[in-house]
Amino acid sequence: MATKVTTPKPDQLVTSIDFTPPKTGWMDTPTIIKPGTFCWGAKGKNLATVEFPNARDWNPSDQDWKLPENWQEIFLKGMEDLLGKYRSFKVFMDICVRCGACADKCHFFIGSGDPKNMPVGRAELLRSVYRKYFTASGKMLGKVAGARELTVDVLKELWYYAYQCTECRRCSLYCPYGIDTAEITIMCREMLNLLGLNTDWISGPVANCYMKGNHLGLEPHAIMNSIEGMIDDIETVTGVRVNPSFNRKGAEILFVTPSGDLFADPGTFTCMGYLALFHELGLDYTWSTYASEGGNFGFFTSNEMAKRLNSKIYAEAKRLGVKYIIGGECGHMWRVLHQYMDTWNGPADFLEVPVSPITGTRFDTAKVLKMIHITEFTADLIKHGKLKLDPSRNDDLVVTYHDSCNTSRGMGLLDEPRYVIKSVCNNFYEMPENTIREQTFCCGSGTGLNASENMELRMRGGFPRANAVKHVKEKHGVNMLANICAIDRATLSASMDYWVPGVRVTGVHEMVANALIMKGEKERETNLRGEPLPGKEGN
Amino acid sequence: MKILIPFFAVIALVVIALVGAQASHALFGIWIPYAAVLIFVFGFIFKVLKWGRSPVPFRIPTTAGQMKSFAPWIKQNKLDNPSSSLGVLGRMLLEVLAFRSLFRNTKTQLYPGTKLTYGSEKFLWLGGLAFHWSFLIIFVRHFRFFMQDVPYPIQIVEHLDSFLQIGAPLLYITDVVLLGAVTFLFLRRVMMPQIKYISLPADYFPLLLIFGIGATGVLMRYFAKVPVVSVKELVMGLLTFSPVIPQGISSLFYAHLFLVSTLLAYFPLSKLMHMGGVFLSPTRNMANNNREVRHINPWNYPVHVHTYEEYEDDFREKMKKAGLPVEKE
Ligand code: SF4
Ligand code: SF4
Repeated sequence: MATKVTTPKPDQLVTSIDFTPPKTGWMDTPTIIKPGTFCWGAKGKNLATVEFPNARDWNPSDQDWKLPENWQEIFLKGMEDLLGKYRSFKVFMDICVRCGACADKCHFFIGSGDPKNMPVGRAELLRSVYRKYFTASGKMLGKVAGARELTVDVLKELWYYAYQCTECRRCSLYCPYGIDTAEITIMCREMLNLLGLNTDWISGPVANCYMKGNHLGLEPHAIMNSIEGMIDDIETVTGVRVNPSFNRKGAEILFVTPSGDLFADPGTFTCMGYLALFHELGLDYTWSTYASEGGNFGFFTSNEMAKRLNSKIYAEAKRLGVKYIIGGECGHMWRVLHQYMDTWNGPADFLEVPVSPITGTRFDTAKVLKMIHITEFTADLIKHGKLKLDPSRNDDLVVTYHDSCNTSRGMGLLDEPRYVIKSVCNNFYEMPENTIREQTFCCGSGTGLNASENMELRMRGGFPRANAVKHVKEKHGVNMLANICAIDRATLSASMDYWVPGVRVTGVHEMVANALIMKGEKERETNLRGEPLPGKEGN
Repeated sequence: MKILIPFFAVIALVVIALVGAQASHALFGIWIPYAAVLIFVFGFIFKVLKWGRSPVPFRIPTTAGQMKSFAPWIKQNKLDNPSSSLGVLGRMLLEVLAFRSLFRNTKTQLYPGTKLTYGSEKFLWLGGLAFHWSFLIIFVRHFRFFMQDVPYPIQIVEHLDSFLQIGAPLLYITDVVLLGAVTFLFLRRVMMPQIKYISLPADYFPLLLIFGIGATGVLMRYFAKVPVVSVKELVMGLLTFSPVIPQGISSLFYAHLFLVSTLLAYFPLSKLMHMGGVFLSPTRNMANNNREVRHINPWNYPVHVHTYEEYEDDFREKMKKAGLPVEKE
């Protein structure tokens, strides 16, 4: 499967964007599954690990997808089932007026010009099937009523475009009825999973997370090793040796962050930021190797799988007897925690309403979930003057901030991270208004699309976000893109290198730790990345 | 084809009414309108109940501004990201009455030199608002046919609507606005390549139908001057369930009535149900108070999980070696 896929150069990619729709109508325009724009198919063994049906190896570029005999029946039965379970799905299938307000709001449409990537286009792919099998007019009038048969080609098309949507919800913001194409994609992916039509990049992490506690499949000692390495690095930079604990019963707080933070730069620097901050506060907290994943790739397969993975967080909090949970910087993780966790796996009545042990602030807005976002925790510390900060240590950075889709449109956490950033660095500039806060653009690689074989798709999807960064780079000299998402840290790094070379990517808590004056620290020469601090370049 | 089918369908409807009404006034003046209203009312209720049968398992508002923060010093956007029922009410009112989300609309443009811009684009909002509001006002104005004495509020509406004081009978502004807005929405659909690409016959049909309704109405009021007294007699007959067919009503009126009947009957089967659906949209009608108030999923069921015990069984030796505490030695 390791066919080499080449990604076009940025200028080639831009000139290839053509907003003129094809001459033929979309139902009559066959979908070609193009290398560079799709992920490898799921491996049978990974699906089998989590007991998914029709587990097998398959390849999207093959003619034969090895579908089960009665695949159509399975798909339609699944659709009926979901229509019965979700009002959102039913209503969204019925009420779209095709006004097109959502059309040019999707980063994949902007980056590809493909009309099937307009949110409404994407939704119509499935809606046409809905009409054929679930509405009287579709059954009787067929194509005139916008209905079509579910053929193998249609199924392939549904798969192809369900995995060209990052469930970012930007479309739903502009829709006059709040139609959320992300929700439709979620349903579509769930139906596709009944047929084993997942991708390798999603099903692998899901299997890992199920068995080993995190997407990366880090075993307990590997997690500790990774953090040991960070402890050493923190000591080298600050002279302070931090001392976190793992799986410790009786700790006050359980800390959960995406495993991406443990693994690759620049996420690891964010993780060092958490470690340094918690140490400085003397926080009574513990990591868990069992619940070592805040993110949830299960959410990109089926609702049930998401719940199964998510269950570990409360289970572990209960086993360890902590009072509440702090969650690290991650986007989709926070949509899942905020909008789903308590409904799935609550009530967490064995936990207490979060209270900051340092400031005494009670986080009543999280009184049921009992889990707070680390930028809430830190913003509160800073507001109360509990941190000694020297923002000038970040003076080499000209920072802008990327709102993650999920924390913006599935939560509304907008000003807390900004407050933290502005407290720890002196040069901060916002990107243009229509590209931030609730209108933010996706990094282009969310919902498990951050593989390498679909790099062209990712760069297309990342174009609008990168373009806004380029704007502030040219205008204000921005050289650092801050965010609160582990996926962003990985994917935006790739997208910046491609679109806006010279701009790097950082988590917010990396900057916090760089500015943080720790008790007993030595005179700092470098930042957490080992690069000289401003003014120390000569040393 | 996508445009021609609905176009000829509307023409056919007009012809059927013009010809048919000659043959049977009672059919077109009494029975079809009755049937249409029945279909509308029951169809609408049926559809809403059908939606309502599916639960809302998760609380999934699309949040469009700063949430209610733990910190009083961070200002919540109470209308775009409401955390209380009152806030949701406000958000819904803004959505339904002022098309809040469409007001946000932008237009993406790609310039040479890889520059993307997202300028504000208010025409769809304006066109949609003009269309829906004028339709509503015209509907309300029609109450003077439905009531023995024209109530005062309706007189005011009529008065305001004709404040330009042009022509005789006085020109209603909404008549012009409605036809203009429908034309705009139609042209937009035909002229914008993306919108045209996704448009279905079911998108053109209601626009053409409503244009037909507006056009026949305007012809009757300003040009053909249908006898209002007779029309009112017919309508009052229908409303009091003692239908009569007064003399002297032209075919034009029957065409108007037939198109309206078609619209009513078509309504529950079509995308026009967005009128009801918008109130049921979970991304808009729910409060973003997820971490504060529990939301119950009626079909939540136990799932197979990989427990800590199983995990420890898998890794016990490695955990012990790494110095991690274990439950079972
Ligand atoms: S904005 Fe909403 S109603 Fe309009 S086309 Fe998109 S999904 Fe349909
Ligand atoms: S959710 Fe995001 S990626 Fe998916 S269709 Fe909507 S705008 Fe596009």
